[in-house]
Amino acid sequence: MTGWASFAAMVAAGLVVLLGLPLVFDLFGLLQMTVFAAMAVLALSQGFIWGYGGIMSFGQTAFFGLGGYTYAVAVMNMGDSTVPVLLSVLLPTLFAALLGYFMFYGRISDAYIGVITLTVTVILFNVVNSTAGDFYTIGNAPLGGFNGMPSVPPLNVPGDPSSPLDPQQTWYAAMGALLLVYILLRAVLASRFGRVVVAIRENETRAQLLGYDTRLYKLIVFAIGGGIAGLAGCLYANWGSFISPTVFGLATSAQVLIYVLVGGLGTLLGPILGAVGIQYLISVIGAQEMVNANLVLGAVLVVFVLLVPQGLVPVVQGLFRRVPGVRRGQVAEAAPVEVEL
Amino acid sequence: MTLPGEAGGTMLQVDGLRSGYGRIPILAGVNVAVAPGEFVGILGHNGMGKSTLLRTLMGYLPATGGRVAFEGRDITKLSPTARARLGIGYVPQGRQIFPALSVAENLRMGCLLSKQDERRTIEGVLESFPRLRRLLDRTGGALSGGEQQLLALARCLCGAPRLMLLDEPTEGIQPSIIDEIIETLQSLSRGGAVTVVLVEQNLKFIAALSQRILIIQKGIITREASPEAVQDPALIAEFVGMAA
Repeated sequence: MTGWASFAAMVAAGLVVLLGLPLVFDLFGLLQMTVFAAMAVLALSQGFIWGYGGIMSFGQTAFFGLGGYTYAVAVMNMGDSTVPVLLSVLLPTLFAALLGYFMFYGRISDAYIGVITLTVTVILFNVVNSTAGDFYTIGNAPLGGFNGMPSVPPLNVPGDPSSPLDPQQTWYAAMGALLLVYILLRAVLASRFGRVVVAIRENETRAQLLGYDTRLYKLIVFAIGGGIAGLAGCLYANWGSFISPTVFGLATSAQVLIYVLVGGLGTLLGPILGAVGIQYLISVIGAQEMVNANLVLGAVLVVFVLLVPQGLVPVVQGLFRRVPGVRRGQVAEAAPVEVEL
Repeated sequence: MTLPGEAGGTMLQVDGLRSGYGRIPILAGVNVAVAPGEFVGILGHNGMGKSTLLRTLMGYLPATGGRVAFEGRDITKLSPTARARLGIGYVPQGRQIFPALSVAENLRMGCLLSKQDERRTIEGVLESFPRLRRLLDRTGGALSGGEQQLLALARCLCGAPRLMLLDEPTEGIQPSIIDEIIETLQSLSRGGAVTVVLVEQNLKFIAALSQRILIIQKGIITREASPEAVQDPALIAEFVGMAA
């Protein structure tokens, strides 16, 4: 089956990247790729809830930041990173479930979901931003306000705090997490649950009429997205040994949306490539002083929205399909979604 | 087939139903009773409340007055999902299939409420829709309007509804498929397993299928007619406002 073939190819490619990159990149390059992998996990969470669940969250960074802060606070208190990693997924999942409960069961319309998620991340930004001073300390972990939390202990071998991961092992952890999240989402989308989620995005009314409680499905999708964003936050805080309120900021929120739009909405590969491509672009622009990075990002977004609105991956897939003999006539031109990648 | 409900087995009982959009009232007190196995057509020209009636019966528009009972149970306040789960299938205007899903996936989506195994349900439904069998791998969005309508009907049937509400299934569809839909619905209705309330403007279609026809005008049912009577040009001109 083509679905299986593409899945196997993607996982194989992921493993090649996972194992091969340390052989070709120097330490600096590997560190950079590690943060790209973390951002790609965040992009996957946005791509999943938006591209498949049809939930327009402007504040996926709320869960990203929450995951990062949860990891930082917990690991500073516990020493061992095993439980903090789990907490960094669990807490954002629960927070997303709670927020999602009010949004979906409160029958809030799509536009307002965008507004609410945006507001939540702005609120979190302001709250965490105002936690400077000794008063705002959780156990041994001072939140640090605008300055953030430096010296966040790195990941260690599960259960063994005396063996922290070196940069190469951290890369394996980040890229491994990205691969696992990708496999998990592919499995979810291939299941009956995934089919219903896509159907709800296509036509929520219709799904309700067939007896599906669409609120519950959207809630679960949103909670899964929250958990994945939390994991990304954990990887991010771990990568730089540092976390600050900017993770909740509007710039980060916008950046994630751009990853997904550029890579391709309604695909899983698209957000990953979008995240890596945009992050790479930012780092290249950051190395020179001619042009402002945000200016370039804005230009990229405008170009894509106007010229390549479906994003890169669907366009490339479309080109492949036009090659004679490649599944010609099998796939409808009208189909806006590619469930395979 | 005996069903729980009032004496004589009323499947759908609508009393004094009122609803509308915002402050604009559309339904002004509709009374309808449908017996199990019946095929009832509702005829009326645009703006008289045909679709509004079905939307209110399904719970998409809140009733501002009156009562709807299904198999003896008051469902006036239930959500659309809850009504669907009780066994009411609704094929709205414009078909509303899932364009990105394949025909087979569309049908599988419809099986949630079926008590049978998914494959057997779909197999059973496909017997009535031979045209869809050839299209199972196509995406819904790639089908013609008529094929989409067949799919919408088939998908509704996958949920094994006891009552089907059909909103203008012939709208914008080529005549060859209209005949096919008539045949399919006739064979389904002949068995008596499904009760149908059909809203239509296509006189040939409604007359071919309905056992009785209710004429709706300005939000109330003003008259009941036999299928033969709707062939009468005078009645059509007076009550429906269209040529036969």
